[in-house]
Amino acid sequence: MSGTVIRLVIGPQHPALKEPERFILELEGEQVVRAIPRIGYVHRGIEKAMESRTYIQNLYLVERVCGICSHAHSICYTQAIEELLEVEVPPRARYIRTIFAELERINSHLLWLGLIAHEVGFDTFFMYIWRDRELIMDILEELSGNRVHYAVNTIGGVRRDLDHDKASKILKRLEIIEERIKRYIPMLEREQTLLKRTLGIGPLSQIDAIKYGAVGPMARASGVKRDVRKDDPYAAYDELSFNIITLDDGDCFSRIMIRAYEILESIEIIRESLSKLPDGEIRVKVKLAVPPSEALSRVEAPRGELIHYARSNGTDKPERYKIRAPTLANLATFSKILVGAYLADVPVILAGIDPCFSCMDRMQIIDLEKNEKNIWTIEDLRRYAREWYQRR
Amino acid sequence: MHITIEALKNIFKKASTEKYPIQKKIPEEYRGRLIWIMEKCVGCSLCARVCPVKAIQITGKGKEAIITYFLDRCIYCAQCVDSCNVKAIEITREFEFADYDKSQMKYVYAR
Repeated sequence: MSGTVIRLVIGPQHPALKEPERFILELEGEQVVRAIPRIGYVHRGIEKAMESRTYIQNLYLVERVCGICSHAHSICYTQAIEELLEVEVPPRARYIRTIFAELERINSHLLWLGLIAHEVGFDTFFMYIWRDRELIMDILEELSGNRVHYAVNTIGGVRRDLDHDKASKILKRLEIIEERIKRYIPMLEREQTLLKRTLGIGPLSQIDAIKYGAVGPMARASGVKRDVRKDDPYAAYDELSFNIITLDDGDCFSRIMIRAYEILESIEIIRESLSKLPDGEIRVKVKLAVPPSEALSRVEAPRGELIHYARSNGTDKPERYKIRAPTLANLATFSKILVGAYLADVPVILAGIDPCFSCMDRMQIIDLEKNEKNIWTIEDLRRYAREWYQRR
Repeated sequence: MHITIEALKNIFKKASTEKYPIQKKIPEEYRGRLIWIMEKCVGCSLCARVCPVKAIQITGKGKEAIITYFLDRCIYCAQCVDSCNVKAIEITREFEFADYDKSQMKYVYAR
């Protein structure tokens, strides 16, 4: 190590993946000494757009904040507006919301498990997981009519009911998924391809997880017992018994395992809520104009704690709306977990927080001494990572 | 070892892919193109007001109302179906309406 610091820019544009993001990494040799995230490339003005639409129209806009956690956003939105209206949601609707939320959590976790396997070059597992994810997509499609934006929530309840036939279909498919996940867990624990790339990579200690405000599976993988479903129960979670799963290591491998265990826990939650599903109405009629007030609503999205804030002014449109997504909370940990990591591990660490973006498409290596510029694509970086591990 | 067993099992499984143009699978709750039943419509323009993407346009009032439905803007949320007080809007199960010309993608309903 000669002490030369190389600045390396990752991102921001990726045409195929979800969201662009830029990271400036300062490298000493092959080790990262400083990481600076730069956010704001996908600012779509959704909050402002919400202020110019009615509460009913916003239902469908808020779902489109994110493709994977669309139901989490719409639960959070409806909860905030129901608090403003002081409406009590019927118990059956609360249970249906819970079932959808957990199905979505399984969907999101399976998607991410596939992505991280793809990132470390374990493409076989990526194919297996994404095949199994289709089962969940099929359930959601049969229940709601859509694979992604379910449009199930409405202010004052839900729009779609569950019957006995549908419930048995869910249970049948969940059984297959449970069996497969239980088969995959020992596979993950013993697969050398995965262990070599993730064990001890990007560690985040319990103290740092609290200090940097990590949320969701990221915090739970570091041993922080933090889950909105237990801390501030919403929907039907206060009537269900489930465990918060925590692991102690806080590295990329624990982040993989915690999601695998959480899928099993979610399956149990769905089974319990289907057996407890109360009878009755699924929605109550609400007024279109909302009295002036303000409300804050919290939901445990698949990626972590999601916060929505709404302020109304007596009309049928909100005066101010604010969304804080879990990725923003987890982004701060990057400046900690990337420091000391090797360049070859950067893709795995960045993907490890389950960010709502994958920005590793293009990176520019600028050697400050020689003033050279080389543009790398994601494939170059992946190849570099693979070769780097082969040399070791 | 675990992965070898899984890989061997998969050799004898049939493909998960659906044969799309031959096999069409539409879920029960699918929301496709909307149709207006003008005999029931009272021209209250509630559907146009709740539509989040302005896919419904109404000219005229009451019985003389003419509804223009823009297929290229519709997101198939079916909020208008929920909101309609006289149940004049119906969901069909059609889903293949790709077109080269956006101006062709509209339907006009009048009594």
